[in-house]
Amino acid sequence: MFKAGKKTGLVFFPAFDWAIDPTHPEREERLLYTQDQVMEEGIFDINGIKEYKPDIVTLEDIRRVHFCVPDENTVTTKSHLISAGGATAIARAVMEKKVEKGFALVRPPGHHAMRITHGCRGFCHINIEAIMIEYIRQKYKIKKVAVVDTDCHHGDGTNDIYWHDPDTLFISIHQDGRTMYPGSGFPNELGGPNAKCTNLNIPLPPGTSSKGYLYILKNSILPALNDFKPEIIINSAGQDNHYTDPLTNMKFSAQGYALLTKLLKPDIAVLEGGYSIEGALPYVNLGIILAMAELDYSKVIEPDYNAEKLKQDVSVTDKIKKTSDIINKYWEQRHEITEKQAENHGKFAETHKEVFYDTDNIFERQKERIRICRDCAGVLEIDSSASTNPRISAIHIPFNACNTCIETGYKIFEKADLQKYKKVFLQDRPKDVYKIKEI
Amino acid sequence: MIIGLDVGGTHTDAVLLSDFKVKEKVKVTTDVSDLFTTIVSCLEKLLKDNKPEHIKRIVLSTTLTTNAIVQQNIEKIGIIVSAGPGIDPEFFRTHKDFYCVAGSIDHRGRQREPINENEIKQVGEKLKKNGIKNIGVIGKFCVKNPTHEILIKNILKNDFKKIFLGHNISGNLNFPRRISTTYLNALVYNVHKKFFNGVKKSLKEKGLKSPIKILKADGGTMSLESSMLFPSQSILSGPSASVIGSTIYAPENKDTLVLDIGGTTTDIAILVNKTPLLEPIGIKTGNYKTLIRSLKTYSIGIGGDSHVRVENNNIIIGPKRLGNAMAFNGPCPTPTDALVALGLMKHGNKEKALKAIKDIAEKLDMPQDKTAKKIFKQTCSTILKHAFNMVKTINKQPVYTVHEFLEGYQVNIKKILLLGGPAKYFTDEIQKISKIKTKAVKFSSVANAMGAGLARTTCSVSLLVDTEQGIATAFEENFAESVAKNYIKEDVLKTAYNLLKKKALKLGADIENMEFETTEFQEFNIVRNFSFKGKIFKTKVQIKPGLIKGYKDI
Repeated sequence: MFKAGKKTGLVFFPAFDWAIDPTHPEREERLLYTQDQVMEEGIFDINGIKEYKPDIVTLEDIRRVHFCVPDENTVTTKSHLISAGGATAIARAVMEKKVEKGFALVRPPGHHAMRITHGCRGFCHINIEAIMIEYIRQKYKIKKVAVVDTDCHHGDGTNDIYWHDPDTLFISIHQDGRTMYPGSGFPNELGGPNAKCTNLNIPLPPGTSSKGYLYILKNSILPALNDFKPEIIINSAGQDNHYTDPLTNMKFSAQGYALLTKLLKPDIAVLEGGYSIEGALPYVNLGIILAMAELDYSKVIEPDYNAEKLKQDVSVTDKIKKTSDIINKYWEQRHEITEKQAENHGKFAETHKEVFYDTDNIFERQKERIRICRDCAGVLEIDSSASTNPRISAIHIPFNACNTCIETGYKIFEKADLQKYKKVFLQDRPKDVYKIKEI
Repeated sequence: MIIGLDVGGTHTDAVLLSDFKVKEKVKVTTDVSDLFTTIVSCLEKLLKDNKPEHIKRIVLSTTLTTNAIVQQNIEKIGIIVSAGPGIDPEFFRTHKDFYCVAGSIDHRGRQREPINENEIKQVGEKLKKNGIKNIGVIGKFCVKNPTHEILIKNILKNDFKKIFLGHNISGNLNFPRRISTTYLNALVYNVHKKFFNGVKKSLKEKGLKSPIKILKADGGTMSLESSMLFPSQSILSGPSASVIGSTIYAPENKDTLVLDIGGTTTDIAILVNKTPLLEPIGIKTGNYKTLIRSLKTYSIGIGGDSHVRVENNNIIIGPKRLGNAMAFNGPCPTPTDALVALGLMKHGNKEKALKAIKDIAEKLDMPQDKTAKKIFKQTCSTILKHAFNMVKTINKQPVYTVHEFLEGYQVNIKKILLLGGPAKYFTDEIQKISKIKTKAVKFSSVANAMGAGLARTTCSVSLLVDTEQGIATAFEENFAESVAKNYIKEDVLKTAYNLLKKKALKLGADIENMEFETTEFQEFNIVRNFSFKGKIFKTKVQIKPGLIKGYKDI
């Protein structure tokens, strides 16, 4: 009898009527062959696998995470709301123990969308994992969350959103930023002053095969997860590490993905990128589903799989070992680094950054001020001006904020000058409210 | 004149319809061990005062194949599957004589690994040695490219009497279901063939020369001849006879709940604007999930003769029927006894019914009239609870495109129709509890046979067009045609409807009863390296299940 070892829920939302544009990689056809494979395998008939209908996320759900400029309706379409809703629907099924594991096979993706979003970058408008995480934090009082982003591109959106949050361990493994969009995600990017070492960015050299992925998983990721002890593990399951992906240069396979899933044991997986829509996605998604449900996946092998061709170069193996050592060293020193940061308690740390929205061709400048705080994730103020939108100010009060940070946040909001900013936003996570000030 | 005959588990019902009127109706006890005699004796009764040459149409619905599967009174068959990458096909093993062979077709219908002729021959030898005469051959993604199945058939065609191929069974994707459906088909083939050839011969001898039709699980009919190619389609046709029968009385533009209250079970179905809802993939029977198109019906173990007893101070009704109600000399208390005791049902032995109720009342320490009311109310409310759970489940079904998801139909019941022997006694109580207008249909005890008699011939066609590969295919219909790059939606639908019409005529449909509809249509651009390479169209069209023309108001 073919019965799932772990009860697994699936949401399938291929958004068959949405594309960035007709010939873009992020298009209607993307999940077509995956859908055919999943249907032909009879996945939804398997005892212990249950299909769920996606939700549609609300403004409130988006506003726990993002500051959409000029507003949510301009930045999103119905498909985005349903894609994020696919993630929240599956999270709800898992949190309410209707299933033990959940996988949202949805598009459009989300992991490049940052806290402030002016439009589409890296094919992403809103961050579907972050919306899901804040939804379950709000509804089920979850605190410690780990996100492991296995997409081949650096999950810089999720990295940005959880940069200052010490209760979210964000780990991204991706192709080295020197060879791949978005060009970030180096080991020294460890998180903000209140959350140092809760962002682990692990670049892998081009040509990394299953062996390399599993090495970094076993030697860096799993030990960190073991120490961090999250209440829930999320996998941003991008599938563009596959050896047939047209946008990347890796040598990962369906068997590798399935084994990674088996070892990582995510509670929830959310599909991200992956553009080898015929050669990879049907097999990789099938492998992930079977691995999550603890079913046999030994025969899920790509028709053109060639073990010899997918062998990892020795120099690649060496580089991966070195990166793993660097990451582990940071991780071991995390307590010292955090304590050192806390010496500046009460002061503001300021950073400047530039964000390029490759898909929508938007250029944004940000000035970020975070209150260094011993007691919480710290109130955050972002001053943003983009080529398409007038200047705005956004204040984020984190969900576990201390009273001083809450008061400080409201003070900044009240003081903000509407001559200078077109709009001022306030995200009060403890109270779950969102305020907008404008003329 | 038309004859409709429905063999049920307990009773066999038959009607003779003439000019919009029920001219004759017959109800006999089903002899499960001899369905042939049951059918023939039923027809003899109908034809006592009617001339056989006036009969223009005969539709039969039987439990023959369903029984055959349940009782496993079937012969040995062999199954050969060719899977390629994916779930190990061993998990879909149907029985001992099941062989997995090499060969692989991918999700776009391209060959990725060829068939090994020697291996097939060896498997054929083993099956033959085991005394197997009929086999089924199923390939993964054969609906996108059946060449492997056809190749295997050609290699083995001289070794076996009948070879069923997966791609002829259904145009839908679902390899495990295609395996079990092909398996069931091969399994019941001989039983079905022998039985209906017997029926055909016997009817001919009685002067009934009109073509015989068989009712399918989707509430449509097929000719006896075409049923030989797909005998498993008659599995579970029982509930569909009643559902089709109820459509005669259903209101237009309203959602109707249909409850067929029988002795042992109550069958639940939903009509939207007089049209029954279909099961999206196929029926499940026993351990088999199939691709057999079927009406969406739900059967619960509660009916007029359900066993009523007290457990932990609660009344328990069903799911078993131990026999007739005590009022009709049965062994144990039943909801029917409650009806008789309350004076709602006039026939039956009231004294015995009261004794049945007394039995329960004493255990509950409750007055007898209150107990009878409670049993009756609980019967009605349990049926309604299951029915509305079914509605709830249907309204939760996942759908795929934004359009369907946002505008997906929500069933909202505005009318309840009751069928079956005890239907008319339930009307008031069901209406009272549900607060929905409830009616027992006219001729409620033979509405099933009427449904069979008036059912349309139905069928569906799946068409796949891939303009990059330049091909339109519907392998279930043995159709493949090359198409131009500029093929558009209108061309796709035109081809699909042509195929549907052809198929329907072959199944014995009349032109005037073909109401076409498109149940699925998807269109995709194929893009490689940032440039447009062609389009994929997927469509499904069908003939709506329903009634033949002219019999709208009986």
